[in-house]
Amino acid sequence: MKGIMRASAAIVIISAVLFYAVHLLESSSATTGSGSISVYNWGEYIDPEVISQFEEETGIQVVYETFASNESMMTKIEQGGTSYDVAMPSEYAIEKMKENDLLLPIDHSKLPNLENIDPYFLDLPFDPGNEYSIPYFWGTVGIAYNPTLLEEQTFESWNDLWNPALEQEVILVDSAREVIGLGLNSLGYSLNSTDLGELREATDKLKTLGPNVKAIIGDEIVEMMRREEAAVAVTWSGQAADMMWVNEDIDYVVPEEGSNLWFDNMIIPSTAGNVDGAHQFINFMLDAEVAAKNAEYVGYSSPNAAALELMDPEVTGDERFYPTEEMRDRLEVYENLGLEMLGVYNELFLEFKMDMEK
Amino acid sequence: MINRSSRPWYLAPYYIWIVLFVIAPIALVVYFSFLDLAGDFTLENYANFFSSTYFRMTLSSFWYAFLITFISVLIAYPTAYWLTKTKHKQLWLLLIIIPSWINLLLKAYAFIGIFGLYGPANQLIQFFGAGPLQILFTDFSFVFVAVYIFIPFMVLPIFNSLDKINPALIDASRDLGASQWTTFRRVIFPLAINGVKSGVQAVFIPALSLFVITRLIAGNKVITLGTAIEQQFLVTQNWGMGSTIAVFLILFMIIIMLLTGPKEKGGALNGKTK
Repeated sequence: MKGIMRASAAIVIISAVLFYAVHLLESSSATTGSGSISVYNWGEYIDPEVISQFEEETGIQVVYETFASNESMMTKIEQGGTSYDVAMPSEYAIEKMKENDLLLPIDHSKLPNLENIDPYFLDLPFDPGNEYSIPYFWGTVGIAYNPTLLEEQTFESWNDLWNPALEQEVILVDSAREVIGLGLNSLGYSLNSTDLGELREATDKLKTLGPNVKAIIGDEIVEMMRREEAAVAVTWSGQAADMMWVNEDIDYVVPEEGSNLWFDNMIIPSTAGNVDGAHQFINFMLDAEVAAKNAEYVGYSSPNAAALELMDPEVTGDERFYPTEEMRDRLEVYENLGLEMLGVYNELFLEFKMDMEK
Repeated sequence: MINRSSRPWYLAPYYIWIVLFVIAPIALVVYFSFLDLAGDFTLENYANFFSSTYFRMTLSSFWYAFLITFISVLIAYPTAYWLTKTKHKQLWLLLIIIPSWINLLLKAYAFIGIFGLYGPANQLIQFFGAGPLQILFTDFSFVFVAVYIFIPFMVLPIFNSLDKINPALIDASRDLGASQWTTFRRVIFPLAINGVKSGVQAVFIPALSLFVITRLIAGNKVITLGTAIEQQFLVTQNWGMGSTIAVFLILFMIIIMLLTGPKEKGGALNGKTK
């Protein structure tokens, strides 16, 4: 009995000491209340130096967390466990968050730097008047490939992925809308198709891609392509830029049938605890120099016209990453298809993974 | 039987814990499994589960879980037997357990490097004259890594039950003229069967719902029920369907527990006499 008492006393004392230590650490790293904001962003989607610069200039501490998909981000914000002050969802997620009252309106008078944004990216159909969202980055979905590992294959069309010479060479991004979307595009259908016949046809066609598919993975794609483990990847433009940064052989192309054009935007969730700090952060990110620095680090395309002027013209003139307006017209923006259709897309994606031809 | 009213007060935290963290969550999972996307009562999720996609997914989950468990037993049994014969049992045991303290994700990422086209595994193969092989993202790599992860959980219970066997019983068997093989078959194996059963439980059940390494090591070419649950909750946001799959997983686990649960007879033989 004495032993037990001693052991329990030890546990209580150790817990108390740990608790106190955590408290000390937290109070020294983040000044609480109005002095901190928490930012919820995609992985590898900000230059860490930009965060430090913001902290230095404003004295506001940034608590930074990342997510891997729009859906998981929404689920977490909806549950409200953590009060995020700024998040960076894509356009169709913004439509949905608006429907579910998960967004706070943005006060444009607090964002003098908003004038830096190219008007092309303002007032888009998913958020008229930018009432709830401010553009962060934009980009496309396409094919990244390494010509040195291939025998003169090119990728003008999505159908080139089905080339038998590419056996076990193609990595797909683990995301239902992108993969089913490429199936739809390869047949000449819309990315936003809700026609069950078209979706079935696209899925059946994707299954025949099986022998060429090496893997269906997430952010690991970048490392795989850099190390030349695979020759071809269906991925987002920014991930392709990340690959090229390290492996100069890699090239990126948006197939001619069309593809997805997407916009990620800064929003303030309705659970935000520091709305003023959130506005300060968004305005800071819109600053020309900050946006240029951030875009150079992240590799995605910036909607910030003032920032583009500060950047290397070789980058901003690269039509693979900054397609002209004419090229953009071929591309489609994802629409919010509703939970039910999202379910259909995901069931089909699961079916594709299960039934890929070996 | 202890009278209900005389149950000691110090069991209260235990009951509160069980109700809050075992019974309530399971009840919630069952409740959600009857809801559709709009939150109305439905049996559609159960009908969906018996559609071909989920049925085949269940079969393939069972097949891979079986393979993983079977190979784990094949490796763990001799290892555990050998451990009981060594001098520094505790040290060897510790060496086998230590890898299970390392985070699963770290181990998975390490294997991505090891099995890569330019990784050490392929360098070894090339040293023996064969070309680089695609090891990562295959059934082989998936089963290999899963077995590697689960081995400690199989070795431990088998070792414990083998170690508890009274050596006098083995001596007696040999004195009575039984060969080494007969001794193993008639004495050691039946006495240690409960260890194997607990090992099977500890490996088969988690193997049914593996999902991290299905993506990282198998490149999503192996789909288990765990993958489907993750996707239903995080991507599709169809909590009803996710819960339905979870209900079936719970049912499968109960069946496996019943099948591998210790029998009364075995308990007495195991030296744990009353």
